[in-house]
Amino acid sequence: MKKRIINTFAAIVGQENIRYSQAQLHAYSYDATANFQSKPDLVVAPASTEEIAEIVKLCAKKQIPIVSRGSGTNLAAGTVPTNGGVVILFHRMNEILELDQENLTMTVQPGVITQDISVHAEQHGLFYPPDPSSMKISTIGGNVSENSGGLRGLKYGVTKDYVKALTVVLADGSILKTGGKLAKDVAGYDLTSLLVGSEGTLGIITEITLKLIPLPVYKKTGIAYFNSLEDAAKTVSSIIAHKIIPVTLEFMDRGTIGAIEDFMKMGLPRDAEAMLLLEQDGDEELVERDIQKMIDIAVAKGATSTSIAASSEEADVLKAGRRSALSALARKRPTTILEDATVPRSEIAKMVRAIQEIAQKYNVQISTFGHAGDGNLHPTCLTDIRNKEEMERVEKALEEIFEAAIQLGGTITGEHGVGEMKAPYLEWKIGESGIQVMKLIKQSLDPQNIMNPGKVFAKASKKRLVVHNE
Amino acid sequence: MSSGLQKRMQDSFQEHVNEDLIMDCMRCGFCLPACPTYLSTNYDETHSPRGRIALMKAMRDGDVVWDSSVEEAFDLCLGCRACEPACPAGVQYGPLIEETRAAILHAKPQGSKEKILRKGAFDGVFADQDKMQKTIKLVQLYQKSGLQKVTRKFGFLTLFPPFMKEMEGVLPAIEKKKERKHSNNPKKATVAFFTGCLMDTLFQETNRKTIELLEWLGAEVIIPEEQQCCGALHGHSGELEKGMRNARANIDAFDSDAFDFIVNNAGGCGAFLSEYEQHLKQDPHYAEKAARFTEKQIDISSLLIKLGLNEDLKEMKAIDETVVTYQDSCHLKNVNKVFLEPRTLLMDAPGFEFKELIDAGSCCGSAGIYNLLHPEMARRILDAKMNGVKDLQPAVIVTSNPGCLMQMQVGIQREGLDKKMKAVHIVDFLYDAIHKNQMSEVSPA
Ligand SMILES: Cc1cc2nc3c(=O)[nH]c(=O)nc-3n(C[C@H](O)[C@H](O)[C@H](O)COP(=O)(O)OP(=O)(O)OC[C@H]3O[C@@H](n4cnc5c(N)ncnc54)[C@H](O)[C@@H]3O)c2cc1C
Ligand code: SF4
Ligand code: SF4
Repeated sequence: MKKRIINTFAAIVGQENIRYSQAQLHAYSYDATANFQSKPDLVVAPASTEEIAEIVKLCAKKQIPIVSRGSGTNLAAGTVPTNGGVVILFHRMNEILELDQENLTMTVQPGVITQDISVHAEQHGLFYPPDPSSMKISTIGGNVSENSGGLRGLKYGVTKDYVKALTVVLADGSILKTGGKLAKDVAGYDLTSLLVGSEGTLGIITEITLKLIPLPVYKKTGIAYFNSLEDAAKTVSSIIAHKIIPVTLEFMDRGTIGAIEDFMKMGLPRDAEAMLLLEQDGDEELVERDIQKMIDIAVAKGATSTSIAASSEEADVLKAGRRSALSALARKRPTTILEDATVPRSEIAKMVRAIQEIAQKYNVQISTFGHAGDGNLHPTCLTDIRNKEEMERVEKALEEIFEAAIQLGGTITGEHGVGEMKAPYLEWKIGESGIQVMKLIKQSLDPQNIMNPGKVFAKASKKRLVVHNE
Repeated sequence: MSSGLQKRMQDSFQEHVNEDLIMDCMRCGFCLPACPTYLSTNYDETHSPRGRIALMKAMRDGDVVWDSSVEEAFDLCLGCRACEPACPAGVQYGPLIEETRAAILHAKPQGSKEKILRKGAFDGVFADQDKMQKTIKLVQLYQKSGLQKVTRKFGFLTLFPPFMKEMEGVLPAIEKKKERKHSNNPKKATVAFFTGCLMDTLFQETNRKTIELLEWLGAEVIIPEEQQCCGALHGHSGELEKGMRNARANIDAFDSDAFDFIVNNAGGCGAFLSEYEQHLKQDPHYAEKAARFTEKQIDISSLLIKLGLNEDLKEMKAIDETVVTYQDSCHLKNVNKVFLEPRTLLMDAPGFEFKELIDAGSCCGSAGIYNLLHPEMARRILDAKMNGVKDLQPAVIVTSNPGCLMQMQVGIQREGLDKKMKAVHIVDFLYDAIHKNQMSEVSPA
């Protein structure tokens, strides 16, 4: 990038808030996605919506790509500056602006860490439910842009269910405000929903108003082990059929159980085929009743052993075990590829079985855990990107997993987003017309394609696999 | 940038930095908020563990050109290892940064000044206890007479001019070296004492009190004479091989079945001592001995608790009114995972109320000789620490490592708080607290 242009950016945000040394450009060339990397030309850290508008105007004039970056923890190569350009950081926009106790909303800047929002709400007896496993480090701007989910998704929904209003800088530098602190609002298209999950490709989010709910007073956690995947899956279906919506209904397969046990040494049985982690919250009476009922159902469906956490400390250990699943698995091999294929919850057992068969077919190591209650699975492939031959098999296996999910009425990604990584597969899920409509939206909002180019839309779609089920 | 240097650097990174350890990092970013340099550089990912590991990989792969910005990213790492407990994937960052420093050291043409300093410091002073004693005599001379000229002649001190300025005021008066006798008290355990080069010179009084406390608790304390500096300073600066020379000498010096424990009272040394096993895994002559050595390692707080000091403390009655707090030694906490033990002792200490210092676990900026090499960054980190101290207003800040102790003293002075509070080593603190309490009864001395 020309020094003159760099100086103009510096004039907007201040010299101390731009970065472009060798080392700095390299440090913003990746995110948490294995095997994707590309350097930006400049990194800027603005302090306000207005500064961002100036930055975008300059970029629009010079046709410079813009990559918004929260904490860079996404798993779809969403913050990799594929086409270079300017990376925008939000650490100077990390204030909680307001907690409105009457409307039950919190207004925040995009750089606030998710956990800080959750803690701040709880300090006021309120609750912000979305809890991605990365909440200790992820930003709310990233969460909103990925429409992230979490362990409590089954009962409380995902990020989009809590976004009430947004301030966004569009690709021409104009400032758009959507939504409001309203319980109802049908004035025109729902632009808030359009922008949630847009992965930085439609605009830059600079302010977010979130919905809060009252904090549940009581919660209880239980656990059940099974000798077969089907028994665990039947338990999930039966719990829902009994009209119980637990806050958490998490699934772990044998490989995951073993990895967690290696890491946490918490006494999990390594010979169990599957494990369910159950949690309910709400009024004490209801919670006690639901948790007991869920355990009874598990036993009726063939659980080999069950238990209910006696204390909140014990419950925290169980949940910490589940939260550590990915990292525990990651310790096993040099490269970890985490997928998030999602199916209707009735198809969980079939999907897990299909994943196991695909892993066997291509002789690759895949363990699965995930949010059984919402059918959102995390097949986690343990491999080594340095081994070309193995990586080819991994890619084929993953493609077949996407295809299997779609055939079961599911999707290629439940919560991690499309980014650059899944772009070639997007058409599999949404079809040609889906791609067409999305492209029209993108073109009308960002005609120069400067907002996170190379994401969501692939240069070329992958040819769809045809998998024959024997 | 000469392409010769670039090639040499890349080769050196490939040779020294273990790719498998790099690959353990899944770039999740969980370590970022734990890293003091990331926080003190306005969240510059270049100065974060994830950024540094990415740069290590890029240097190996030839994806980045070696220049001052890359060098600075590695240089500014404190080596505090706060990133390790924060990392869910178990990345061994400590070995990675040591290997990186070795890689740089081997490939970089060293300016003559730096070379002489390194030679003076690493081959001379820290390699040899006797030279350390002599150096300290010079420090003493410097302290007493202000003879800066003398200090300029000596490598060790010219390395540290900013250090000397600020440390001048906080260096403890040096005790005369006394003959040490072994005690014959009824014995609960036989303890070999790793005295530590700084501790044995600048902090002799603390070492004496360490011995007296242990003996009072019924331990027999033996000080193997052949012991050397632990080698941590060498290891942390990329001179791991030189550090291992010291390691082997220490392992030989302490290799006796008679010892139940090998105790140290300096967090920085203790961490390195406990890693001898890991570093010498591949050495056919030392692997087994090193494992034995490492197994017996213990820090002074943990040993005092094992010998029942906290029970004794609980029995001593006093009104707990003086506020005491604790600043973690990074390595004691992050490498040896000793967190609660020193706090337990302080909570039980008669006459004191223990209050937790905000972010007590984050580095104070001392980090071995970091504060000497990167005074600006060390100052920023210390300033953040002192903000917490000013909020808490303790009368005593207790530490477990000589570097931290001096750094906290510098902080106290700089803030003009020296009338209100002091920083002390945990041994001195406990010794004095007991002494005061028991003046008329059994004296620990
Ligand atoms: C260990 C681990 C566990 C995880 N667990 C979960 C989980 O349980 N559930 C889940 O859903 N995800 C999970 N993730 C994925 C990831 O944490 C989420 O996608 C998260 O929302 C990303 O937040 P971030 O701040 O890191 O955003 P980034 O990764 O920096 O950015 C994500 C996307 O948002 C865009 N973006 C960021 N900020 C803005 C802004 N202000 N305006 C416009 N666009 C913006 C970026 O361009 C990018 O496309 C996990 C990741 C890891 C590494
Ligand atoms: S926490 Fe560990 S795995 Fe994650 S980025 Fe940091 S070093 Fe890498
Ligand atoms: S050792 Fe300390 S300074 Fe270095 S990367 Fe780790 S946390 Fe940061």
